[in-house]
Amino acid sequence: MFVVALRMLFGDATKCLGLVFGVALSTLLLCQQVSIFFGLLSRAASVIDDIPEADIWVMDPAVKTIEVPYPLRDTVLQRVRGVEGVAWAVPFFKATTQVRTRRGTLDNAIMIGVDDVSLVGVPDRFLIGTLDDLTLPDAIAINPAGFRLLFPGEEPDVGRELELNDRRARIVAIVDAAPAFSANLTIFTRLSLATRYTNNGRNTLCFVLVKAADPATTAALAQRIATEMGLKAVERGTFRSETIGYILETTGIPASFGTVVILGVLIGIAIVGLTFNQFVMENLRQYAALKAIGVRNEWLLAMTLTQAAFVATVGYGIGLFAAAGFFATAGRSDALRGFHLLPEVAVGVALLAGVIVLVATTVSLRRVFFVDPATVFRG
Amino acid sequence: MTDLPQNTPPQPIAVRCAGVEKSFAAGETTVRVLRGTDFTARSGEMTFLVGPSGCGKTTLISIIGAILSADSGSVEVLGFDVRRARGGRLADFRLANLGFIFQQFNLLPALSAAENASLPLVAAGHSTRAGERVASEMLARLGLEQHLHKMPAQLSGGQQQRVAIARALVHSPRLVICDEPTASLDAEAGHTVMELLREVALAPDRGVIIVTHDTRIFEFADVIHHMSDGRIVQIEGKAATPVEAHA
Repeated sequence: MFVVALRMLFGDATKCLGLVFGVALSTLLLCQQVSIFFGLLSRAASVIDDIPEADIWVMDPAVKTIEVPYPLRDTVLQRVRGVEGVAWAVPFFKATTQVRTRRGTLDNAIMIGVDDVSLVGVPDRFLIGTLDDLTLPDAIAINPAGFRLLFPGEEPDVGRELELNDRRARIVAIVDAAPAFSANLTIFTRLSLATRYTNNGRNTLCFVLVKAADPATTAALAQRIATEMGLKAVERGTFRSETIGYILETTGIPASFGTVVILGVLIGIAIVGLTFNQFVMENLRQYAALKAIGVRNEWLLAMTLTQAAFVATVGYGIGLFAAAGFFATAGRSDALRGFHLLPEVAVGVALLAGVIVLVATTVSLRRVFFVDPATVFRG
Repeated sequence: MTDLPQNTPPQPIAVRCAGVEKSFAAGETTVRVLRGTDFTARSGEMTFLVGPSGCGKTTLISIIGAILSADSGSVEVLGFDVRRARGGRLADFRLANLGFIFQQFNLLPALSAAENASLPLVAAGHSTRAGERVASEMLARLGLEQHLHKMPAQLSGGQQQRVAIARALVHSPRLVICDEPTASLDAEAGHTVMELLREVALAPDRGVIIVTHDTRIFEFADVIHHMSDGRIVQIEGKAATPVEAHA
């Protein structure tokens, strides 16, 4: 009877395609939007993710996110280094600045200043140049997206000069930094240069990055630093979560994406529900004939669920394929770089697609269950 | 009507209805469709049920076919008390014992002739392949061996009705219920269908009940029950029993 169910479905090619299209469209919409949502959240924490060697981040107690740092006194660094259990501690500077592009427009840039000696805080993914090049005078490293923003149509290269806060800066390396949340251009340089490029005033320290001597005691060390210094000291994972939480709480991103997800589900239910209902209505006489012959309701339920399962599986497969194609193609652009179709999203959307088809089918099932087999005797 | 020797012993009773009542709500009023109807059909016979539109023929065969329940009275089909069974048991009874031929054929348009004819077997749990093999043999008996894989839309009305007959007989039911089997056919096709029905459907242990308006096929009947206003008013044929006996 499962074969019969599928043949009935294939027999009405238009509705079959409509049903599959409905599920595919919902799947594409949900996969794409939810993946972009998680990609955006990941971008918010990308600076933290790019420094895996730092176990603990020390900051002003008022700081909630890496996006809004507050200056610390320069003496803090030495005091943190004196706390028992600290293997090393380095300064870290983060600010937002403006850069004039070749087209004459201004663009936001994230300025990262790292310890002049150790250069801890620069990702080790160098596409051109080396970490040591950052020790050269006026040296900066930028990410490929930033290079394309500054020099459209040109291949990433080193040796070019920029003017930052009326000071000369020379690109010595291209670093494959993770895409950031607030700007496409990320500039890495030594702390001493970063403060000059941004004209940030006297207090130039934003964070202190700490490596625990014993990785097993990181949490206790963070607590000790916080207690002894009167500052906020949290583990890397905690700071990452706080940064993402800040974005979720203070921006309209969750509401915006949540709305799209709800619409995706509703549109899916509407398209699949209406089409399936029409399919059942047009086949009601056939269902009545099957009932008259002696086919039990349980079999009709199984047949309908077989049709629903086919629609859900094929529609989901097409939608997933389209979403993967979207990210494979659009992900090459700088605006969407770093956005991926996450496996967790694919699994979650599979469940949602199942829910969409089940809800849409349930309404039609009622008609199948209660169709009067005696209707087959009416002309 | 077919001439049968008068000394033939009576066939076993396939259907026995007594005092069957059935009403339907129509707005605020209730329409009594069957008014204490008595009806009997025997195995090995072609029993016709005739009468004007609205007299209750279709309601009666729906009740006999275990598709509709009677309000009162007794309905015994092949020894099974139809009124005491419910839902799944009725469906199982229909699947195992009854075959239906509908006026509108009711073939599944997405299935081939062989697939349509195999439906009762597949529904009873046979594999699709096994079902189609048996159905193909039945269709061949009905002269459709060249059309096994054609879809209903590719067949003429007469051919579609033969597929419907094959579907009704493929599982060897003990009672075949036909509703206006020739109404959608021309005279020649109707005649052919009735000849096939008599040849294939009728057996000593198998009865056929036909509801029809088509006087052209009355010659195929063994017994004709005339119905009017929810009652059997006259019985013609070899086993004719004066209706007055029930009155």
